[in-house]
Amino acid sequence: MKKKGLYLQIAIIVLALVALIFMNIYMDNYKIKILNLSAIYVVLALGMNLINGFTGLFSLGHAGFMAVGAYTVALLTMPLETKTMNFYMKPMVPFLLNLNMPFIFALLAGGIMAAIFGFLIGAPVLKLTDDYLAIATLGFSEIIRIVIINLQSVTNGSLGLKGIPQMTTESISGLFKIPIKTNLLWSWGIAILTVVFMKVLMSGSYGKAFKAIREDEIAARSMGINLFKHKVMSFTIGSFLAGVGGGLLAVHLGTIDPALFKFALTFNILLIVVLGGMGNINGTVISAIIITVAMEALRFLDGPLKLGFMTTKGMPGLRMVVFSLALMIIVVFKRDGFIKNTLGKVRGKYAKN
Amino acid sequence: MNMSIQEFLQHMTNGISLGSLYALIAIGYTMVYGILRLINFAHGDIFMLGVYITFYGIGFTPIPWYIVFLLAPILTGLLGLLLEKLAYKPLRESPRITILISAIGASFLLQNLGILVFGGRPKAFPTPAILGKILNIGGVSVARVNFIIPIVTIILLFGLNFFILKTKTGMAMRALSKDYEAASLMGININGIISITFFIGSLLAAMGGIMWGVKYPQIIPHMGVMPGLKCFIAAVIGGIGNITGAVLGGFILGLGEILLIAFLPSLTGYRDAFAFILLIIILLVKPTGLMGEKIAEKV
Repeated sequence: MKKKGLYLQIAIIVLALVALIFMNIYMDNYKIKILNLSAIYVVLALGMNLINGFTGLFSLGHAGFMAVGAYTVALLTMPLETKTMNFYMKPMVPFLLNLNMPFIFALLAGGIMAAIFGFLIGAPVLKLTDDYLAIATLGFSEIIRIVIINLQSVTNGSLGLKGIPQMTTESISGLFKIPIKTNLLWSWGIAILTVVFMKVLMSGSYGKAFKAIREDEIAARSMGINLFKHKVMSFTIGSFLAGVGGGLLAVHLGTIDPALFKFALTFNILLIVVLGGMGNINGTVISAIIITVAMEALRFLDGPLKLGFMTTKGMPGLRMVVFSLALMIIVVFKRDGFIKNTLGKVRGKYAKN
Repeated sequence: MNMSIQEFLQHMTNGISLGSLYALIAIGYTMVYGILRLINFAHGDIFMLGVYITFYGIGFTPIPWYIVFLLAPILTGLLGLLLEKLAYKPLRESPRITILISAIGASFLLQNLGILVFGGRPKAFPTPAILGKILNIGGVSVARVNFIIPIVTIILLFGLNFFILKTKTGMAMRALSKDYEAASLMGININGIISITFFIGSLLAAMGGIMWGVKYPQIIPHMGVMPGLKCFIAAVIGGIGNITGAVLGGFILGLGEILLIAFLPSLTGYRDAFAFILLIIILLVKPTGLMGEKIAEKV
């Protein structure tokens, strides 16, 4: 039974990779960009789900860790000329000016930097519970943002960084003679890697310990689980994923500034996690894709609307109203996440036969 | 560091008036938390609604401004009550994280509705001329509103104190925050008390909002976010659930923020970080806040 499940999963991954290669060739740039963004949100939402859904720590600091990852990746991959062009207000510190790495190492460094921050912040803060933790992590994420605004010689302050080099798939495309378009294989490759990593982590003893802490801290402690160690670990891994996701986002957008990493970004990811179901990997992946595509597809809501016989004027903001309303309705009426329930129903239907 | 006494007094009045506003908003957080153990994330946005209701009341109705200043908070209070009925009441038995997510959702919903209905561009708050005058007392020039704010705040605080300590409803409120279940067994109308709590909290936030609008006359739908977060921090600093503590926290935060900029102008960019750093220090050193009671964890 278990082996069968494993084969099925491997088959899905292979199928997904083949599909990605075809999509990379035949889809237009706009669609590829949306798909890319979905992959990034998969990574980010899985990171948040590990902390919030699996371990039951309510952290709202995701945007801060993403900012750390994004800035690390941007500063490590931007060539010298771009850097000097960006830093026209205040020259950059010379140490960073000449530092440069290939993309994959920069991304790893971004993740590790975010993990270090996560560890340093998590160690003292994780003693707090529920809403105190939420507000403290939110506070740290704001502090990170404010420091980025003020450290002009390192981060270029509120001007942001422009011209972050794109990921290239040269090595892969050279092999298969695929035209280079964007970075679909990179981002989805990392997303799939993250999913596999999460599955392995959650089925092991660490995953079981995380879930035990979520269900009942006191019971978990009396069973001999080291609460502090596991909480910090979950938080650090989640921050690492946030950093990687932030790095991918920076490269995807090509330009970042501190205003991007406000609480609203954390809210988007929270929306995905809640919709997909707290503590559900498959649900998170599906809902990341749905939300990202829907965010784009519903852009028409902000423009003029044709309602049968009448046309409304453009209503900027309607799209986000729809999304916040969706979150509220799901939380109030479907406590366990929408996709988790639906998946369960589908599975139940086929299990009977 | 050479600062004349006049300059110092100017900063002090500024800090005290900002602190009063923080205190008014923080009370709403602390009252709701005391009873429901919930961070009402949407409180800052209720504050924003209060400002916008006043804006439209003065600009688009013939009602004189002083009546609007009284009516708008009541209307905002009713909206706060409605929010509780729609977003929090169905979740009262759910885990705290669920209700917290609902609160965050409500906050974003109100902000986005604000952008949709009021427009995303900043608007100018119609300050009545009589409040906007600048007074000059012995070389200290201060806007009149900076004197009015602390006075109004003190009056409101005395009213609230009377309500909570001397009336039956206030007593029920205190009982509810001491022990939710025991209070409900004693025949207290829980839903009614919670509604009143939300009404008063939102009313005070709107009062603070109106004075905020007079003091900083540029209003946008996102204006509630930062004051909202900071006032929650003020409530935590004072000891959440404790009204006197919330007022104290508000003043500490307001004065601290203004004096930080006054004495160390190079740190102006870190103004918003000040509150968060203070919060984290307090949470690590004395998580119950300055005036909060220690609650033993029951298994």
